[in-house]
Amino acid sequence: MAQYDYIEIKIPAKAQYVGVARLMISGIASRLGFTYDDIEDLKIASSEAITNAVQHAYGDSEDGEIVVGCAMYEERLEIMIADHGASFDFEETKKHIGPYSTTSEERFQREGGLGLYLMETLMDEVKIHHEEGVTVLMTKYLGRERGEENVKRSANS
Amino acid sequence: MNLQVNILEDNSVQYFKVVGEIDAFTAPVLKERLATVQSVQGLKAQLDLSEVDYMDSTGLGVFVGFYKAVTANGGHVKITGLNRRLNRLFEITGLDEIIDIEMRESEDNDGTI
Repeated sequence: MAQYDYIEIKIPAKAQYVGVARLMISGIASRLGFTYDDIEDLKIASSEAITNAVQHAYGDSEDGEIVVGCAMYEERLEIMIADHGASFDFEETKKHIGPYSTTSEERFQREGGLGLYLMETLMDEVKIHHEEGVTVLMTKYLGRERGEENVKRSANS
Repeated sequence: MNLQVNILEDNSVQYFKVVGEIDAFTAPVLKERLATVQSVQGLKAQLDLSEVDYMDSTGLGVFVGFYKAVTANGGHVKITGLNRRLNRLFEITGLDEIIDIEMRESEDNDGTI
């Protein structure tokens, strides 16, 4: 099994906690040595996924939770965002993540629109699993050039 | 995490200075503030984002809505003070083709970690 450190946070599905999870992701990305631009990309992409969950996962009267899990590998960061509330087994959940199914994509296009587009543009890989809630798995690799706008500016802490 | 919206009127231009982070939590505040003027006929609005540290699609959504409302009433929206990061967000979503935007001067060091 691949070796990685894992950090997980569970937040209430409320808009005021999106920024809290974003701070955690920023810290983890900084720890891994991502560039300033990559850290900003990670903050936006993960906020988009969490915002989707906050706005669409639960009804107004429901008290739901969102789990944000970060697997820190040597050369990449995997972020999983799940809105079914219950804590999940990272490896087990990952097995069920597939490529886009038309239905989940349509759902996001309809409800997320720009958000999904940004996730796909800012991350290297995005996978969505839609069954008993939505799980988004997104990956960003360290030191991977992507377009001409990448700036070599280290954000090591 | 906080958002401040200051409104100044200068020679019939409504000038909004937005300070802080625009995300799912703060975007409704911004939307509400902008909604107070968006139905004014022929409104000239300038939104200064030079002190916005973070923004995602929730902010873009608010600006698109504001742009649509103002334009429908014969007005004009200009968004100014964009740092390199915010400018990129407008570019990759294609909104720079639609909305009048302007980057911040001397945009080489934006230190917004």
